[in-house]
Amino acid sequence: MLEVSGITRLFGGVTALEDVSFTIGQGSITGVIGPNGAGKTTLFNIITGIYGRTSGRVTLEDRDISGLPPERLARLGMVRTFQNIELFGAMSVLENVMVGLHTKGSSGFLACSLKMPWSIAEERRIRETAMKWLEFTGITELADDCAGNLPFGKGRLLEIARALAVEPRIILMDEPAAGLNSKETLGLAHLIGKIRGMGVTVVLVEHDMELVMDVCDRIVVLNLGRKLAEGTPREIQENREVIAAYLGED
Amino acid sequence: MKREPFKFLLFAVLVLVAPLAFKGGYLMNVLVFVGINTMLAVALNLLLGYAGQISLGHAGFFGMGAYLSGILTATCGWNPWLAMPLAALAVGILATLIAFPILKLKGHYLAMATLGLGIIIYIVFNETVDLTGGPSGLSGIPNLAVGSLVFDSDIKNYYLVWTFTLAVMLFSVNLAGSRIGRALRAVHDSEVAARVMGVNARLLKVQVFALSAVISSLAGSLYAHTMTFVSPASFGFNFSIELLTMVVIGGLGSVYGSFLGAALLTLLPELLRGAQDYDIVIYGGLLMVMVMFMPGGLVRGIPDLFRRMARLREGAGNA
Amino acid sequence: MKVREFLCKKRKIMQLEQILQYTFSGLSTGAIYALIGIGFSIIFNATGIINFAQGEFVMLGGMLTLFFLEVLKLPLWAAIPCAVAVSALAGLLFERLAIRPLRQPTPINLVIITIAGSILIRGLAMLLWGKDTHAIPPFTGDEPISIAGATILPQHIWILAITLLIIAVNKFFFFHTISGKAMRACSYNRRAAGLVGIDVRRMVLFSFVISSVLGSLAGIIVAPLTMTAYDVGIMLGLKGFCAAIIGGMSSGMATVVGGLILGVLESLGAGLISSGYKDAIAFIILLLILFIRPQGLFGKAESERV
Repeated sequence: MLEVSGITRLFGGVTALEDVSFTIGQGSITGVIGPNGAGKTTLFNIITGIYGRTSGRVTLEDRDISGLPPERLARLGMVRTFQNIELFGAMSVLENVMVGLHTKGSSGFLACSLKMPWSIAEERRIRETAMKWLEFTGITELADDCAGNLPFGKGRLLEIARALAVEPRIILMDEPAAGLNSKETLGLAHLIGKIRGMGVTVVLVEHDMELVMDVCDRIVVLNLGRKLAEGTPREIQENREVIAAYLGED
Repeated sequence: MKREPFKFLLFAVLVLVAPLAFKGGYLMNVLVFVGINTMLAVALNLLLGYAGQISLGHAGFFGMGAYLSGILTATCGWNPWLAMPLAALAVGILATLIAFPILKLKGHYLAMATLGLGIIIYIVFNETVDLTGGPSGLSGIPNLAVGSLVFDSDIKNYYLVWTFTLAVMLFSVNLAGSRIGRALRAVHDSEVAARVMGVNARLLKVQVFALSAVISSLAGSLYAHTMTFVSPASFGFNFSIELLTMVVIGGLGSVYGSFLGAALLTLLPELLRGAQDYDIVIYGGLLMVMVMFMPGGLVRGIPDLFRRMARLREGAGNA
Repeated sequence: MKVREFLCKKRKIMQLEQILQYTFSGLSTGAIYALIGIGFSIIFNATGIINFAQGEFVMLGGMLTLFFLEVLKLPLWAAIPCAVAVSALAGLLFERLAIRPLRQPTPINLVIITIAGSILIRGLAMLLWGKDTHAIPPFTGDEPISIAGATILPQHIWILAITLLIIAVNKFFFFHTISGKAMRACSYNRRAAGLVGIDVRRMVLFSFVISSVLGSLAGIIVAPLTMTAYDVGIMLGLKGFCAAIIGGMSSGMATVVGGLILGVLESLGAGLISSGYKDAIAFIILLLILFIRPQGLFGKAESERV
């Protein structure tokens, strides 16, 4: 489904990532873990087109997507969430999800400003679909609230709802459990399962080991910009190198 | 959302009957300018209030519309109705070409670049004497006419200008509540998140910049044909700042706010006649007070104030 | 034939002399742009703000000097420090009353508030001193000095000398005093500077004061050449910004060079091409640099950003 091969990224003279390769299977849940500074978020930013790469290739379903901007990737079925949730704070919760449905509409400046019948119909459709996604993530009752005033946990759910509205085939989540309490994390694990249930491939960067071990099929471990190990949660838990990296031994 | 059409209808009716209240007179002329300035403020607001991109050069696009219309009609003898869309098209093309490099810049840099652009345009108006008449201006621009109806009086121009202004306001209200308006606001709040959702932020910003320039150009054409005379002084840096002040005072991201801001700033000098030298100080002070104490502008600030006063009164009543 | 050759040669020499002349006057206006540009950079590096009111301090320098000279009848050597002190006070008040209390310091609000400040200062100056253009007497006479066929005024020399002195003092301040080093720390990383105990808010205030001092000095030394009025700040400010952009918002030599390049190009353009488009040159350069090399003309983005 998603194949990362030989990704290298230099920042000035510093190597943030070096020759990282792995493959993610259709419909799987993959966790990317590693100590702080391992390059996890950089890797996400490169895959999702936020940063450029120094060398290497990313392919999505056999299509070379390396270097494509995020707005193109959204149309190809890849979407992501952010570590410090990036909501549209001045808009309502419902409107946030409606932005997620941007690619599902086609009315341009002219049709919109003239309120053409088809663009009104399209707008109604978008609104209904957005409500559906709020229901899916269980925040329907917040639809009219201002997104900027949401508590962190709800904001996280909204960000996921908004991402799902793009109808992605693969969703990358950057530390989705960060800042959540244990009850919310449990809900998140359930939600991730539900997302996979729809046939969407999930990749997450996460620090919460319990969550990772619980929900992931496969785990990729990064350390100091390199891939340290890859395998099932059980294999990773028993991998000496991984344990050493986490405990800070050489 | 459902209330929008009624709000607009009410506003349109008020605009239509306003001349009855003033019975013509000098104020009609001022109200023509309120119309033109509202159009300009709405145009700038689309860019600044919705998309979050500042421009300190909009007086330049306004001036280009006015001069292109003026030159095509007064010098080349074209029909004004033909000159107007052509001027708008030319300005639109130019704005699109400039928008691609200029909108790569953000915040303060964008402000300075657009300001520089505005000043360059202003200098060109002054220096291309053969075309524009230079600092002494271009005169003999014909009025617009439909058949035998020539728009040559304040009252006729009032209805002419406000027809366009109302149309622009309606379009903008519609746009703001639509898929495109939503995407623009999303880009304003978080460009990276908007792009991840599939919004082509770059293109959208260029489009709204061009649209804003085209509306400004139309306003310029109307200005030229109602005034029948244009000179560079109306399109300088100061007017760009005045437009910015209108948008900020009225309220960023509010079409009706732009009207309020435009009306206030156009009427203010009239009210302050006699104290004319004070207007620059008052603009500066007003702008500063608004940004500091009412960053939402009048449309949000005034209801807020009333609410607070009502609460105070309630508190006093209970005590 | 001989005559024509002679004339031709003479014209060439004339042209060379002219170019030299334009270069000289360009260098002195360029020095002014450099001072103003450094003022922009100091505030930008300490706060991330482009202070649109920077030009008004230049105006204040000239107008206040005039005020102290003509109204209070002070001698020049006393009028100048008084004018600088009042400008510095204005800079201080501007930061405390307009910038610091801002509740939502988004870039757009900061742009607007500094524009508002600039309009307000300009308007007050107009109310106080009227709309007339005034001349300040040159520091030491106006007997032209001839150098290699070009003539320069003593004021040109004053401008270059004072600019050099200011730049040297500036450099000393930023590299050899505690306050200067603290301000540099702020410009590299505001949060880290705060963590090691630097009072960042005070440094911001400081940057506004220093910038207004630099701006007013520029305004004072240029006033005898170009005259002064309540509205000279707009153009001078914008040109200064242009110098800073060419220099990549450095508050060191890069901006000085930027100012000199701008001054000379402008002067040559005005003399050899068209004086009407003189002001456009600066803005065309500004746009080109912003489009093509937003990090400034000289190399890397993070080089000398004090």
